Amino acid sequence: MSTRDWLLDDSPATLTQANLGRAWRMSTALLRNPLAVAGLLIVLLLLATALFAPWIAPESPVGQNLQARLLPPSAEHWMGTDELGRDIFSRVVYGSRITLLIVALVAVISAPLGLIIGAVAGYFGGWVDRILMGVTDIFLSLPKLILALAFVAALGPGIENAIIAIAITAWPAYARIARAETLTFRNSEYIQAVRLVGGSHARIIFRHVLPLCTSSMIVRVTLDMAGIILTAAGLGFLGLGAQPPLPEWGAMISRGRTFILDQWWVATMPGFAIILVSLGFCFLGDGLRDVLDPKQGGGK
Amino acid sequence: MRNPAISLKDLDISYGDTKVVRDVGFDVAPGESFALVGESGSGKSTVLKAIAGLAPDWTGEISVLGKPRGHGTDRAFSKTCQMVFQDPYASLHPRKTIDTVLSEPLAIHGIGRRSEKVVEMLGAVGLDQRFRFRFPHQLSGGQRQRVAIARALMLEPKVMLLDEPTSALDVSVQAEILNLLKRLRREQGLTYLMVTHNLPVVSFMCDRMAVMNKGRIVEIAPKTALYDGSFADPYTRDLYAASGGNPDADPAGAAASESKDPA
Repeated sequence: MSTRDWLLDDSPATLTQANLGRAWRMSTALLRNPLAVAGLLIVLLLLATALFAPWIAPESPVGQNLQARLLPPSAEHWMGTDELGRDIFSRVVYGSRITLLIVALVAVISAPLGLIIGAVAGYFGGWVDRILMGVTDIFLSLPKLILALAFVAALGPGIENAIIAIAITAWPAYARIARAETLTFRNSEYIQAVRLVGGSHARIIFRHVLPLCTSSMIVRVTLDMAGIILTAAGLGFLGLGAQPPLPEWGAMISRGRTFILDQWWVATMPGFAIILVSLGFCFLGDGLRDVLDPKQGGGK
Repeated sequence: MRNPAISLKDLDISYGDTKVVRDVGFDVAPGESFALVGESGSGKSTVLKAIAGLAPDWTGEISVLGKPRGHGTDRAFSKTCQMVFQDPYASLHPRKTIDTVLSEPLAIHGIGRRSEKVVEMLGAVGLDQRFRFRFPHQLSGGQRQRVAIARALMLEPKVMLLDEPTSALDVSVQAEILNLLKRLRREQGLTYLMVTHNLPVVSFMCDRMAVMNKGRIVEIAPKTALYDGSFADPYTRDLYAASGGNPDADPAGAAASESKDPA
């Protein structure tokens, strides 16, 4: 029996085989979607760039060379050089590490936080719901960037504080989704059946409610990645995110603004990088939504 | 009746401010199969939910196997009494394999030898072992209902609450499930309290029945009344007439009594 037959077996012999088969069906469904594949490739490219930055970048991202200031794109400097003579291509390559760090940390902090708060609120209902959703509403009612600005202003500028600020502003949307999702099945018979066999509330929330919320959460987080990158770039642009000489894309655009008319490449090249990566996450998120839609139940 | 398996006295059940069941009382003997009959909205399923602990807003007395019942669900109670739900498409978690669904009650109660017990139970409800690691969407309605029955039986309860266990299934599958329930009751000495609006099912499965209308019990009758129509209450007589009188004329009832449980 080939591996493929084993994965697609109608009557799996073990739990592992059942789960692997399910994952296989989902990934083949994802790979049939051309836009999702494009998104996946871009995200993989970002990962590879971040991982192998020292080998890809021809020069140091911080090494200055004042004799080579503001050179236009050429064979030697693919994306030109900036006002301190630093190779922009190298800086963009190293900047992918910062972008990835921001995106990953924000997702790791805010998605589980929002997920748990939303699931608890939706599952218990009543005053628990009112308190938790009240807090969520307060956070939601403030504009994201302004709130992040306020946090960074209070905590001090820097990449860590920018990450914390973005995470704090990102979770309420996830809590809302998780709550809405939980409400649709909190009274369903399969949840009642677990209560009947004596399952505790914690068990029901973590074993039964959360797994059903995660697929829409993964989609939403992936789609939000673009927004997170833009917010981080916005904070960088305002000088509240990554500090010089860190090659953060938003901060690089901000520096290039001064020369935008005469040396367009200084601001444009990191801008392209931001657009490309945001687009990649959007495509991937769209594709994931088609695959993870609970109504499809994991493929045919 | 001495030591009834289920005893209800002066039971009133509300959802919020609306009282949906009033003054319900009956006893079910151990090993008996008792039916709650009535039209939609008469409160039959609500009575079942109150006994199971899923409709906690009630007054009166409920006791199961001699122990008074609290208002919510609790772990100790779950070993004596379990429930099978009406809709097999809604009663299984869509992301859990059959194996996970069946071993969960054992895991909650810290019972060992889970794998063997799951295999054993699949056999008892007539499901092939190859279904063990499938997801619910890979099963038919009848197979799902077998899984739901198996889940309810995992903790070896003595009392089973059946909430229209066959109404969501098509006729031939209904017969299989009814035969399965009948066999399980005989083999494991179970007490059934079954909600249904299908009189042929009552005559096939049950010993006695209570007829409910608008949240009250209007009559408690033995199953023999279904053969001769000897009902006292006018509402019950109407219900009997509406179901076509002699239950054996009904295709579901006839199929149930003729076909063999394939398990």
